[in-house]
Order: sequence, then C-alpha cells, then structure tokens
Amino acid sequence: MEEQTFETRLRGLQTVVEKLESGHLTLEEALSHFEKGIELSHQCAEFLTRAEARVEKLVQKNGEFIREEPFLLAHDGS
Amino acid sequence: MFDAIIYQVGELTDHIKKLLQTRIGSVWVEGEISNYKRHSSGHLYFSLKDHKSRIQAVMFRSDSNRLESEPEDGLKVIAQGELNVYERSGLYQIIVRRMQPVGVGELQLAFEQLKAKLASQGLFNKDRKKPIPRYPKRIGVVTSPTGAAIRDIVHVVSRRWPRAAILLAPVQVQGIGAASEIARAIQMLNQRDDVDVIIVGRGGGSIEDLWAFNEEAVCRALFESDIPTISAVGHEIDFTLSDFTADLRAPTPSAAAESVVPDREETLDVVNGFHLRLKGAIRGYLLTLRYEQSRLVNSRGFRRPIDLIRQNSQNLDHLTQRLRQSMTSGLKARAHFLDVTSGKLEGMNPDKILRRGYAVCRKLPEKNVITDSDQLNIGDMVELTFATGKTVCQTTSTIVQPTG
Repeated sequence: MEEQTFETRLRGLQTVVEKLESGHLTLEEALSHFEKGIELSHQCAEFLTRAEARVEKLVQKNGEFIREEPFLLAHDGS
Repeated sequence: MFDAIIYQVGELTDHIKKLLQTRIGSVWVEGEISNYKRHSSGHLYFSLKDHKSRIQAVMFRSDSNRLESEPEDGLKVIAQGELNVYERSGLYQIIVRRMQPVGVGELQLAFEQLKAKLASQGLFNKDRKKPIPRYPKRIGVVTSPTGAAIRDIVHVVSRRWPRAAILLAPVQVQGIGAASEIARAIQMLNQRDDVDVIIVGRGGGSIEDLWAFNEEAVCRALFESDIPTISAVGHEIDFTLSDFTADLRAPTPSAAAESVVPDREETLDVVNGFHLRLKGAIRGYLLTLRYEQSRLVNSRGFRRPIDLIRQNSQNLDHLTQRLRQSMTSGLKARAHFLDVTSGKLEGMNPDKILRRGYAVCRKLPEKNVITDSDQLNIGDMVELTFATGKTVCQTTSTIVQPTG
C-alpha cells in the first residue's frame, strides 16, 4: 500500500470533495465519501497544527559524515 | 593589359574590412588603456597597448553604459569586441563590447569559459531539471554552520512549515577546499534515503567569496544529484554556475527556504476550504434527497391509497357511531314501553279492582260475565266473585237506571 503522506492525503481530500460535489453518487457512496473526506481533512489539519521543527547537523570525521546530532543555532544577538 | 584585379580604394577597404570581420571576428584582448577620451556623445575612444604594440579602440555608448567603473589611462583591462575598419581613415580598430579590469577580468573569463563548457555538456539543460517536492519531510542544507544562510533557512522553515526537518551538512563555503567539500556533502546527502530536497548556498559576498559555487566540482555534484537541488548563493543579483546547474535558482537562502516549503497557514486554509466544501456538498446532497422524498410522498399517486384508507376509516367511524346510537335509543324506547305496558297491565289486574269493592257477576250456568242488567231476567241464578270468595244469588228485581 502506498504510504500516506500529507500530499497524498490532501490530494485524496480534494478528489473526495470533487466527487461529492459532482452529485453522481448513491446515498451510501455519498455518505462513505463524506466520512472519508472528514477523516482526511482532520488528519491534514492535525498534521499542520502539530508543530515540531527539528534541526540536525551531520558530523564529519576524516571527510566522512559519520552521524547526526541536534543543531542549535548560535544566537549572536544580531 | 594587366590580369591583376585593380581595386578602387573604397573597394579595397571594404575587402580588408570583410577579411578582418570574418577571419578574426570576436576576440578577447588584454592591454593597458591609453589616450582615453570620453566623447560628449557617450562613446569612448582609447587605445590598448602593451610593451610591443598598440591598437585603436572604440566603445559605443550602448556598451559603455554597462561599465561598472570609469576606465582611465594606465588601467590594465581585458576587453572583448570585434575588429573593424574606420573607412574614412582606413584605420583598423577594435569595437569593444565588454571590458573589465584585469583580476576581476580573469575570474570572469574563467567563469565564461567554464560556463560555455558546462553548457555544451548539457549541465544547464532545462529538461534535466527535476521538480521540487511540494511538501518535503526532510531538507538537506549544504552550507556553513555559522553563516547567515542556515539561520535564515531555519527561521523561514520553522515559521512556514515546522513539520519539515532540516539536516545540515556543514561545509566551508569559501577558501581552499570549499568547492570539494560542498560537492562531497551533496554526494553524501544523496547516499541517504530520507532527504527530499537539498539547498546549497551561502549569504552574499564578493565575487571571490562566492567562487566555490562557480567551480566545476560543485556543478557536477549538483548535476548528478538524484535529489532535487536548489541553489541559493549570495544576493539577488549574483549569478553563479551553481544557479544555472541546480534544479531551481533562488535569489537568497531565505527565498530558497520559501520556495521549498509551503506556507502552513495557507495550506491550513486550503484544508479548511475543502472541509467546508465537503460539508456543503453532503448537506446539499441530503437536501436534494429529502426534497425528492417529500415530492414523492406528496405526489397524487402516492397520496391516493392513503386517502382511500382515511376515507374508509372515517366512514367506519361514522357508521359505528350511528350503530351505537341506534342501539342505545332502541333499548331506551323498549324499556319505556315496558314500563308503560307493565303499568297498564297492573291497572287491569282484576284482583286489584275486586279489592276496591267491585265484584264480577257471571250468569249461571254459562258463566258469562254480565256487564248490562238487560242480560238478566228475574229468577236467573248468578255467581258473584269477590276479592276473596264467591257466592251464588238469585235475581229478584231489575232496577232501570236512567241513562245520561
């Protein structure tokens, strides 16, 4: 199964909305599309509102990057 | 008389001019400026010389406008232009299109030569450019860990799209070895499978400071990168070969960050917009269905059976009511009749009359009840019945009672 990325969810949401707006659906189809769309929209919104900026730095040894560690910006007040 | 072609002067000059233009054409020449003069028309007249020779030069206003600084006598320059002949005097001269002081000129020359080489090898081809992902999970950044570039990128990404992780590959961005470090970092990031896009760059600086981004090693690494690359070197006006090679050129590191991640608020608006449309669509859909349903329910065809049932049930109620009513009144009438009748019956009970002192007279031996004295003759035997007991008597006389 394809991994559900934010992009695929957003695309899925758009497709569901457009299908539902086209109106060529049975009641059962419309309801199941609606449920799916609401779920996708919640997932997308949750993804966007959960903030977690992560910055890491690769560490070099003898010209090879050997590991990564958290990178903190030096605040020099400038 | 002569087989040789005899030219007119003008024709010969024309011929020489054509030769110069076609055989030599555009050239680069290095020399020192002398006899420099700016004419009021804006054209520059001077000669270029070295220890051996000199050549007349002219730079017309349309080209001299682009000079960054005013030339002067004694300045060593590299000039690019075409040879031409000034017909009136028959003097040949170079018409200078571009000119730069030596030093900068050398770097520029190297830049132009490498640019031409890489272009001919297809490194700048538009059809080789990879699309930049819209929602990257992890952004590789090749730059100095202490420069303004990483600070700007982290700032912009955290504000716009905090879901993206930033992985910094720290490198020197200027000085000896910078180019190979940058190239190596791009290759290293390509060995990972979790980097969606790479930003390569640094903040502004002099042309020498930015030089690493004009080197072939960096351009090759960018060209060979499987991960989409964004070049963000210096300020808006600085163009480096990295800019031409990368999949996208951003004028500054901040701009690179802006173009690599979407804006969270805007995207949230998009999601909310879809949410509203979703709800609107289902509401509209259900409304249509409800309307359709009520239309059917209210249609004549559908109402007919219900109507029939209602009418019949009403009839039934009505009849039942009448039935009940007629039953009740019938019973009452009978009860009343019974009362009256039994009262009458009671009144006719002979026993009761006898008790009031009346007697029944029957003629013997027939025992006919006598109600008229004419029915009797003197001497007839009669039987009198009283309330209690009977007696037999003989008629002795008849009393005629006056009628009226």
